[in-house]
Amino acid sequence: MHPIIKLVSQRLALGILLLFGASALIFGLTEALPGDAAQAVLGQSATPEALANLREEMGLNRPALTRYFEWLGGIVQGDLGQSLTNKLDISESIGKRLGNTLFLACVAAIVSVPLAIFLGLLAVRYRNRWPDKLISAITLTTVSIPEFLIGYVVIYFISVKLGWFSSLAMINDSMSFWQKLNAIALPAFVLTLVVLAQMMRMTRAAILNLMQSAYIETAELKGLSMFQVIARHAFPNAISPIVNVVMLNLAYLVVGVVVVEVVFVYPGMGQYLVDAVTKRDVPVVLACGVVFAAVYIGLNMVADVVSILANPRLRHPK
Amino acid sequence: MSDTLLKVRDLKIGATVYPPGEKPQDIEIVHGISFDLERGKVLGLIGESGAGKSTIGLASMAYGRGGVEITGGEVWVNGRDILKSSHGDIRNLRGGEVAYVSQSAAASFNPAKKIMDQVVEAAVEHKKFSRKEAEGRARELFAKLGLPDPDNIGNRYPHQVSGGQLQRCMTALALCPEPDLVVFDEPTTALDVTTQIDVLMAIKDAIRDTGVAALYITHDLAVVAQVSDEIMVLRMGDTVEYGSTDQIINNPQEEYTQALVSVRSIEHEEKQPTSEPVLSVDGITARYKGLNFDVLHNVNVELHPGQTLAVVGESGSGKSTLARVITGLLPPRDGEITFAGRKLSPDLKGRTREDLRELQMIYQMADVAMNPRQTVGTIIGRPLEFYFNMRGAEKRKRIIELLDEIELGEKFIDRYPAELSGGQKQRVCIARSLAAKPKMIICDEVTSALDPLVADGILKLLLDLQKIEDVAYLFITHDLATVRAISDSIAVMYQGRVARYGSKSQVLSPPFDDYTDLLLSSVPEMHLGWLEEVVAHRKMESAGN
Repeated sequence: MHPIIKLVSQRLALGILLLFGASALIFGLTEALPGDAAQAVLGQSATPEALANLREEMGLNRPALTRYFEWLGGIVQGDLGQSLTNKLDISESIGKRLGNTLFLACVAAIVSVPLAIFLGLLAVRYRNRWPDKLISAITLTTVSIPEFLIGYVVIYFISVKLGWFSSLAMINDSMSFWQKLNAIALPAFVLTLVVLAQMMRMTRAAILNLMQSAYIETAELKGLSMFQVIARHAFPNAISPIVNVVMLNLAYLVVGVVVVEVVFVYPGMGQYLVDAVTKRDVPVVLACGVVFAAVYIGLNMVADVVSILANPRLRHPK
Repeated sequence: MSDTLLKVRDLKIGATVYPPGEKPQDIEIVHGISFDLERGKVLGLIGESGAGKSTIGLASMAYGRGGVEITGGEVWVNGRDILKSSHGDIRNLRGGEVAYVSQSAAASFNPAKKIMDQVVEAAVEHKKFSRKEAEGRARELFAKLGLPDPDNIGNRYPHQVSGGQLQRCMTALALCPEPDLVVFDEPTTALDVTTQIDVLMAIKDAIRDTGVAALYITHDLAVVAQVSDEIMVLRMGDTVEYGSTDQIINNPQEEYTQALVSVRSIEHEEKQPTSEPVLSVDGITARYKGLNFDVLHNVNVELHPGQTLAVVGESGSGKSTLARVITGLLPPRDGEITFAGRKLSPDLKGRTREDLRELQMIYQMADVAMNPRQTVGTIIGRPLEFYFNMRGAEKRKRIIELLDEIELGEKFIDRYPAELSGGQKQRVCIARSLAAKPKMIICDEVTSALDPLVADGILKLLLDLQKIEDVAYLFITHDLATVRAISDSIAVMYQGRVARYGSKSQVLSPPFDDYTDLLLSSVPEMHLGWLEEVVAHRKMESAGN
């Protein structure tokens, strides 16, 4: 078998294994929390009898392992269970909210990834001069400030003082694409600021590293133009490090969006998760956890596979 | 029309340096160099590191590496001053009229692209040939340069061919667009001696057959003597001497040139083995974790007190692995090591402090073997504290003694490694190992990263110290000239086995085994026509077989 197929399938198998591990960890941790779903449902009216009855009814008396595998079986079939508080099907609710979160993440990514790479290239071009230092200073500042603070600052200045955009990022199905885009402008802006620095600095470091390679010098000494040197000789070798950091940040855009969604009251996964946690809606928390884990592991797996495919030594063994 | 292809007049080159914590400074690294190169001739540029030879070579392509900038003078190529040329004209010059062959082909080929794509790129880009013609020409060059399977080797990726083959591909890359001038920048320095000779011959033939002119840059006078018509000796950005190859080699005028010609002429009388060896390596077989083959096979050598055993071999021969086994970094699979009359634990953890003290090591890269934040005094003082519990004035006195022994003196005690030259750093490392009062020091390629004259100084120092301290050296090197200079006994390693072992006079006297013969005859000698003699000799031998 070609070693690359072996490597890629190994990586995929490892990803799936990791996902199972993550699901077990999430399940185990919610089990370890004091109180259970029955207590959460009954709240103040929890008498010992009522609790016992409800536990019997919800099947909470059975061993944790049995419940874990039942739950896992459901997930594999696409059934994430029912919400405790509103009895709605979780898969359906998540489907819609995940869509919203992905929409926000995508918009932020479409802005931030090219911008980060462009700024990275600019920083390389003017290395150690003022544009480089300015870019580094600004991006590092924005990544150092907690995103909820940036969120409130942005709301204060842009929506309260200037009145350009609404501070609430509410969207619904009846809105047109442009209306939606307008609504999420502020959270997308904040997310962009948060992820920009890391991608920009990684791009800068990766390209700088490459531009010092002897083969870039060889290309320049062949009389190629700067554009040809970068496009033909630097880019094919920069794919792997850049894809890795981009994927890591995309994962962060989906998973780390929680705080920003809450600040802007955006109906995405983050809001859903935070609501569920405050209402102790354990099945929803579990489901959100698994979805986040899947996104994270999936994107990193893609980055790994792209890195493997981009490596000529692995594609063409001796 | 004159036959002058390259005319350099009063070339000055500057660079911006960034000393840590200080303002950037502009310094001049080449101070007004002038020379002429006729069509089809080869000029050798020779000098130690920092002489500016690569910088001058690249200036003939109007190129400055890193922060380097051409600050004055004229560089005429094909009748025009390229320093005044437009951007587009310089692009046409690079790769079209002047091509470059670098020291490390392995690093100079883009790992992500096929060899053929890279070899024909300049020729196609400058519209010298169509892609198809260029590929045909590349295959001809591959064949001319003696590459195996010239029709298909271009379809491989750089990591799929060997270092010597890649260096030849690089030469093909430079010659493919039919340039007027090729700048060879240390093209054989990174290769093993036995490979170097083939590449050197291939380059020499290619230069002759294509009638291209060349600038041949190297630090090795013996190598440049084989290929060039004229030689320019450079030192710290100035011309020391400029003349025909014959004159420079056989009748050098300047003191510095004379030193370069006579380098590696240390004489060392071989000592006889004594009764009891300080180190004996018995039947060592070793492999690295995760590999399914042995890197060392049944190695047996002995080293006597106060003497030097040179372990010589090419890259991959297992000589550094042997050092790792002796130091305990790599426990062997089989065999044992006796040191100073006692059996050494195969594993580093099992060794006593006394074992560690008596067996010291000096490394190839002195820079990275020292903590850059510690002064020379702290570095040398550490083993004194650790092994002898010395403190205060007593320690300082001993440090100064050691500094005197390595010919640096007390004034160096408060300096940091960054303030020392390469040779001085290596001297500090020597003092640090001597501080432990060892019975034996393993010297792993300790002179390979140094310029020849500096390396000579280090070797002389090591020999002097051996007399004073009565310490034994296990000297690992790939350089046979160093071996001749310093050893009492020699072990020639080849593919993890000891191919030949004995006293220096035995090992270096015929009859030779095939490998030792190849190795010995491959060391460049400082006389004209050596290359042709060796190649002719080898052809005769293979015809005789």
